[in-house]
Amino acid sequence: MKQSKTTELMVGMLIAAGLAALFVLAMKVSNLSSYSAKSSYTVIARFENVGGLKVRSPVMAGGVLVGRVAGIDYDSDRYEAVVTMEMDQSYDRFPDDTVASIYTAGLLGEQYVALDPGGSEDFLVDGSEIEFTASALVLEKLVGKFLLNSAESGNQ
Amino acid sequence: MLDWIRGLGRGGFRFFETLGRANLFALKTLVGVPAVLVRPRLLVAQLYSVGVLSLPIIILSGVFVGMVLALQGYNTLVDFGAEESLGVVVALSIVRELGPVVTGLLFAGRAGSALTAEIGLMKATEQLAGMEMMAVDPIHRVIAPRFLAGFISMPLLAAIFSALGIYGGYFVGVGLLGVDEGAYWSQMQSKVDLYDDVYNGVIKSVVFGLVVTWIAVFEGYDTVPTSEGVSRSTTRTVVYSAFAVLGLDFVLTALMFGA
Repeated sequence: MKQSKTTELMVGMLIAAGLAALFVLAMKVSNLSSYSAKSSYTVIARFENVGGLKVRSPVMAGGVLVGRVAGIDYDSDRYEAVVTMEMDQSYDRFPDDTVASIYTAGLLGEQYVALDPGGSEDFLVDGSEIEFTASALVLEKLVGKFLLNSAESGNQ
Repeated sequence: MLDWIRGLGRGGFRFFETLGRANLFALKTLVGVPAVLVRPRLLVAQLYSVGVLSLPIIILSGVFVGMVLALQGYNTLVDFGAEESLGVVVALSIVRELGPVVTGLLFAGRAGSALTAEIGLMKATEQLAGMEMMAVDPIHRVIAPRFLAGFISMPLLAAIFSALGIYGGYFVGVGLLGVDEGAYWSQMQSKVDLYDDVYNGVIKSVVFGLVVTWIAVFEGYDTVPTSEGVSRSTTRTVVYSAFAVLGLDFVLTALMFGA
């Protein structure tokens, strides 16, 4: 079987193109870039209700991504949800009276943890707990309250 | 009535007979694979005819499937003011489903049928028997390189299809319909998971490559050595491959994304 250099070249190019395509899928299309092994520190926060928050949801401060949710557990002693957040080490100067709230990006968007820095002189360190938290808004509760209010105002 | 039941039994026996032969054949082929690695020239020749020659149709279909998805997705999403999510729609449908499945079907039609016809004709013209006379095992010399070439090419082709499809969607969505370029890529990157979506798509394409090539070489090797037999085997390759790809796709999707 005669085998020209062209055949070998074309096969090599096919394999290179296939691997390049896989590389594009990994780097450009998927979220590999956010799996980066940057050094991080962990803080926890307790919420009454985390709503639709998920593992790997963003943690934002002033609209900037500063970390990701690493885990969500339920503390059955205190009946609260415990959210573990992995914070980027380069943002390690949050005061320890920072407020963590769960907001929704857009009307139907995903939920995220927003951090509003307080005024304390001490900073959050690895393993510390954010004490001031605001739970996610649950739409059904809001609608319920609204209906209750309108019913009451109708009675008067 | 009795004849009908008898026919059913005969059909059942024949089916299991063929299934058993196909599995024994797969085992022999796998045993023959290490012998191919010693002689990579055989493999390169097959990679050329199975992989490189399938490239044009894969490239064209990938680009056009991506373009159509972007067009269709845009028309639906724009009603909800959510056309920024176009990148997610295009990328997820291509990476999870269309990439592996359409590549599998095209691969069966373009490469699988050619493999069956080639091997079938070799059998019909008694080339395989000739090799056995010369103490050359046709499974090592003919089947295993083709099997390995199909197994290697299919995931590569599927990856090329997916990547080009996403760029086809980019061309229509961003270039022609005016979706924001940053939103197209950033929404895609935040919603497409490397492990859940991209790796599972690659796993699908590996499985399809294995099954389609197996069906193709088996049908060729098992053909009735007449011109009619070869034509029937070629048809069967395409039909069975399409069944296998679509059926396995459902099973794999249920396993990967069902929970």
